[in-house]
Amino acid sequence: MAISKRKRAMYTRYAVYALSIAALLAVALLVDWSKLSNAMFRWNLVKEQFPDILTKAAKNTVIFTILGFAGGLSFGLIFALMRLSTIRPYRWLAAIYIEIFRGIPLVVTLLILGFGIPIATGWQWPNAYMQGAVPLALVAAAYMAETIRAGIEAVPKGQMEAARSLGMSYPRAMATIIIPQALRIIIPPLTNEFVLLIKDTSLISVLGVTAATKDLARFGRDGVNSTANATPLMVAGLVYLAMTLPLTQLVAWMERRAKAAGK
Amino acid sequence: MSQEPIFIDDYVVSISDLNKSFGTNHVLRGIDLEVQRGEVVCIIGPSGSGKSTLLRCVNMLEKPSSGQIVVLGRELTHIDCDIDEARSKIGMVFQQFNLFPHMTALQNVCVAQRKVLKRSAAEAEQTARALLQRVGLGEKADAYPGQLSGGQQQRVAIARALAMNPDVMLFDEATSALDPELVGEVLQVMRSLADEGMTMLVVTHEMSFASNVASRVVFMDGGVIVEQGPPSQVISSPREERTRTFLANVLNH
Repeated sequence: MAISKRKRAMYTRYAVYALSIAALLAVALLVDWSKLSNAMFRWNLVKEQFPDILTKAAKNTVIFTILGFAGGLSFGLIFALMRLSTIRPYRWLAAIYIEIFRGIPLVVTLLILGFGIPIATGWQWPNAYMQGAVPLALVAAAYMAETIRAGIEAVPKGQMEAARSLGMSYPRAMATIIIPQALRIIIPPLTNEFVLLIKDTSLISVLGVTAATKDLARFGRDGVNSTANATPLMVAGLVYLAMTLPLTQLVAWMERRAKAAGK
Repeated sequence: MSQEPIFIDDYVVSISDLNKSFGTNHVLRGIDLEVQRGEVVCIIGPSGSGKSTLLRCVNMLEKPSSGQIVVLGRELTHIDCDIDEARSKIGMVFQQFNLFPHMTALQNVCVAQRKVLKRSAAEAEQTARALLQRVGLGEKADAYPGQLSGGQQQRVAIARALAMNPDVMLFDEATSALDPELVGEVLQVMRSLADEGMTMLVVTHEMSFASNVASRVVFMDGGVIVEQGPPSQVISSPREERTRTFLANVLNH
């Protein structure tokens, strides 16, 4: 006689636990921990990273992120409204923009705008922050436009009708009634975009930055070069985590709360 | 750009040869309808008869395919007509209430006064509080729509529309989404509005409201007005077979 379904489920669960523990033990026993920590996590090098990794590198990462996010949100809102316009050329322009900037890797966009444009036109970026943050914002705008559009479309149609029937113009109704509700809906996905931006700022270092405008990733890489040890990158990774983990937890909390409120 | 007002007698609403199609679906087929100041016109008919579409054409939430609509001396179907200005004089109450969920009851009633009529915050609030009082919700000014029952939400929605000092009110199945025990409180507010002489166009399934409050009942079916007249005629002794069939179905439930 075959075993019952519930018993089989129970044995499967035990087996998975046992395998997981075995895998962890194997890693713990087989890895040469002293060699690993010597190459990747040397305590005196960890201490050497501070305070510059926070006061300079992390600060630059935050500056790039905030500039990229603010620019991305503003342009994203404009492109979202264009996507929803009744005027076809607006919709086409926005669709073309969104497809182009979502379809090209950020590194390529950074190099084209950061280096290519100055070479082609003779025009120079006013400073390294703009040179890095503007391409970042333009790409972020393409992603955020789609997020914002989805948020606006998630607001029930009756809201616009009610606002218009009170005599509000379309822009007035959008600004007063629709967008405030849409923003509430898209706070979790927008926070996710923010986390992605934090990580994407690491690509700005391909533009070759000065000591003053080094971001976290570049700071870690330069540290690896000067110390011949991976510790600076490990510390940089931990600083990224210190920024992103609270945000991803916040999103998880907001989504749990929204789910509970929806019931 | 301003448009010469066209006053056609005392008509608040004057619709002639109105047609509306959604794709190949011809929903309104040549509607002619006049509503005089102070009239309460109830539009009844089976679902899909076009009555809601007709009402939504009166404030241009639906764009007519052809025909002419004149409301309060403004020819809405004319290209030069300022629809937003006209809509601020036409109150509308929806089946789904459509209160703004991110605003309190008070803010719901204030927002268009502030943004459209440019009233001061103090004046808007005073008007709003008086209107909420009038619909029996003076205590609920600071409640959000989510904290109110359907009947309360609909009364806030009526107050919100009244805050604009409309010359005509449109009710689009205002009680259809309500639990049966909440219908009465909304109908009572509508009846008091009618008693005060408000011009009203009411799409409804409430035959007793139509019988008791309407000055005229319009029966629609298949996108045309089949029959209209005082409730004593249309509801009590309909001439048309289609009206009789509809009423027999509705009243026997």
